[in-house]
Amino acid sequence: MGDTGFFDEMGGAATPREVYRRLARFLDETPPDLLASRRAQAELLFRRIGITFAVYGDKDAAERLIPFDIIPRLVARSEWTKLERGLFQRVKALNMFLTDIYGEQAILRAGIVPAELVLRNAGYRPEMAGWRAPHDVWVHIAGIDVIRVDDADFYVLEDNARTPSGVSYMLENREAMIRLFPDLFAEHRVAPIDDYPDRLLSTLRSVAPHSTSGEPTVVVLTPGQFNSAYYEHSFLADKLGVELVEGGDLFVRDDVVYMRTTIGPQRVDVIYRRIDDEFLDPLAFRPDSVLGAPGLMGACHAGNVTLANAVGAGVSDDKAIYTYMPEIIRFYAGEEPILKNVPTWRCREPKALTYVLDHLSELVVKEVNGSGGYGMLIGPHASKNAISEFRAKLKANPANFIAQPTLSLSTCPTAVEAGVAPRHVDLRPFVLTGANGMTVSPGGLTRVAMKAGSLVVNSSQGGGTKDTWVIDDA
Amino acid sequence: MLARTADNLYWLARYVERADHVARIIEASSRLAALPRAYGGETNEWESALISTGGLKRFGAVGAEPNESSVVSFLVFDADNPSSIHNCVEAARRNARAVRTALTVETWEAINGAWLELTKFERARTAGKRLDRDELGRLLAIVKKMALDVDGSAYRMMLRNDAFYFMRLGHFVERADNTARLLDVKYHVLLPESEAVGGSLDYFQWTAILRAVSAHTAYHWVYRQSIKPWLVADLLILKPDMPRSLVSCYENIVRWLDLLSRLYGRQGAAQRHARATLSKLQAADLRSIFQSGLHEFIETFIDDNDRLGTIMAEQYLVH
Repeated sequence: MGDTGFFDEMGGAATPREVYRRLARFLDETPPDLLASRRAQAELLFRRIGITFAVYGDKDAAERLIPFDIIPRLVARSEWTKLERGLFQRVKALNMFLTDIYGEQAILRAGIVPAELVLRNAGYRPEMAGWRAPHDVWVHIAGIDVIRVDDADFYVLEDNARTPSGVSYMLENREAMIRLFPDLFAEHRVAPIDDYPDRLLSTLRSVAPHSTSGEPTVVVLTPGQFNSAYYEHSFLADKLGVELVEGGDLFVRDDVVYMRTTIGPQRVDVIYRRIDDEFLDPLAFRPDSVLGAPGLMGACHAGNVTLANAVGAGVSDDKAIYTYMPEIIRFYAGEEPILKNVPTWRCREPKALTYVLDHLSELVVKEVNGSGGYGMLIGPHASKNAISEFRAKLKANPANFIAQPTLSLSTCPTAVEAGVAPRHVDLRPFVLTGANGMTVSPGGLTRVAMKAGSLVVNSSQGGGTKDTWVIDDA
Repeated sequence: MLARTADNLYWLARYVERADHVARIIEASSRLAALPRAYGGETNEWESALISTGGLKRFGAVGAEPNESSVVSFLVFDADNPSSIHNCVEAARRNARAVRTALTVETWEAINGAWLELTKFERARTAGKRLDRDELGRLLAIVKKMALDVDGSAYRMMLRNDAFYFMRLGHFVERADNTARLLDVKYHVLLPESEAVGGSLDYFQWTAILRAVSAHTAYHWVYRQSIKPWLVADLLILKPDMPRSLVSCYENIVRWLDLLSRLYGRQGAAQRHARATLSKLQAADLRSIFQSGLHEFIETFIDDNDRLGTIMAEQYLVH
């Protein structure tokens, strides 16, 4: 497995890395048909315990199941501890950056980040300038996508500071693994993650407005059952024990948000919203939106409701801002970033653009605002035509793009038709920030490209998921 | 709880109940329609099926002759018939999906499973395959099982809170409506004098009514005599031990509304209206019902039941 030129996290079957020793032996001793039957069992289990809820209208129902791989990805405690420190450092910097750019703008005045890159960014909300987030927390829930290329470092591929999704898969994957491989699981003494909903709830409650009297009322705001992540929204509301509301369930009176209940209006203090900024309030943003509630932003400005994540936080996960993250961390934390950035060319800079145009067939080029693996060029896999088309797009609007080398994402053993084979993976840990501090569940969501050789792990592009086990070093 | 959630649960239960009712009506009508003409009297069974499921007017718009094939397809598949089994199950599923946090996995599976099965029948139908009686029987069995599973899983597993109460209310308000409409279509064969007029020819009409509410066996246990039309009316209106009787439905409605008011700490118009309707039923006796007119009695009941739905909506479901 080690001969592909990529870092395989298990290492060769004969000489596995320490953390994988037990799993390597298990895979070696387990007959292929047992793995196959566990795969079938996993599929049934997933239909039963809930992913069936993600089923849309009808015929494409089967395609909508996100593939689940039954072989866990292992991370040693020592590796995790370092990653965790790096995540806290990074998310803390994200929050300080947001407080600053909507406040004093010290980082812009110091010339660390170009002002127009922030102020004219599609994710920047001028309405929020001068607003102070409760406890200075803007990004309550962050999903930081990290990758490995060797056994030394983690690299951050992308920050998700708007409404990162996937945490329901992290939790469901664990439940599935405990049922499928009880012995293997018990032997590994895996760090638990099932307290995530409790951590999330206490994070959300901690940031309730100061005007809240008594226990704060938290809700999850969903665009509704036709949204692709609706399953996750309902899953989270269920686990948190809070109401899952749609825009129509909310109304605002005298800058206070209420939900319509069977016993009349009930005040809402904290909204974990899974709706994009533009759709939250037709009075403040898109007037045609029926997903949000008119007056929500007024209530937010009056300090009567807390939105998580805060409106305007999206500017910090923009791919152009990403390239400045090392500088941003140094500026606010006064220390070196623990997690590295992937080297990135900013096409807005003429020298970088020239380099990128000359090396398109080697690079991955992304839109600064894109997500989900759409609108990107993977040079080494693209046809001549695709490259020349992309070249035209890039020249027309260079500031809209960044470029990165084709990353040698690490691989992990994965159960496939033919048995066990290495597949490329990334990792999305979920970092929570509240008035009571920061916390992250050990592990996170491992996404895996199920196709041989593929580097695209996005579920919208055929990627699957794995359970991630943080285990103590031997 | 959210008013929308309560509304979804209430309607989810109503649609499940209605789908079950339509399935039973189709079964009972098929049985009657298969009798030799001499036993069927003057009535067109398929037209009665349309009336008792509230679809006569809409069917008229289709412009077809009401016979087995046209009515079955209207009652099972028609997208323009709000009470077709297709629309009921789809609406139940839509409501269930919107409130899935309030439901158990089993309840969801009962509805989703039936819906997936139905779509198979529909695909076969679109492909031009005729639905024969065997297939129809299988389809109706799926619908009836769904209703049992939804009821049973909720009863066995749901927390006894307002979510459960609103579901129960949906079942019983719809069930009361169904029983009342069935009686209303058939009231003329239940009149005491009809025994003399129609003789035993109506016997099969009476048993059909009993079958439609699965009370054929129960009748014999309760009355221990051959089927008399006024006793069929007695069973379906006044007998509290008959789970589909109007009085039983209202005992339940009052019970769930009372639990709701205890939970919320206040009584309201819905509780008062339900108790008034129940008192009327409990005070009635068969003789006075027939004297003042069975038809009028049932019409009044249907209006009262409709009004309860409106009052509940105002009190709990819309704010």
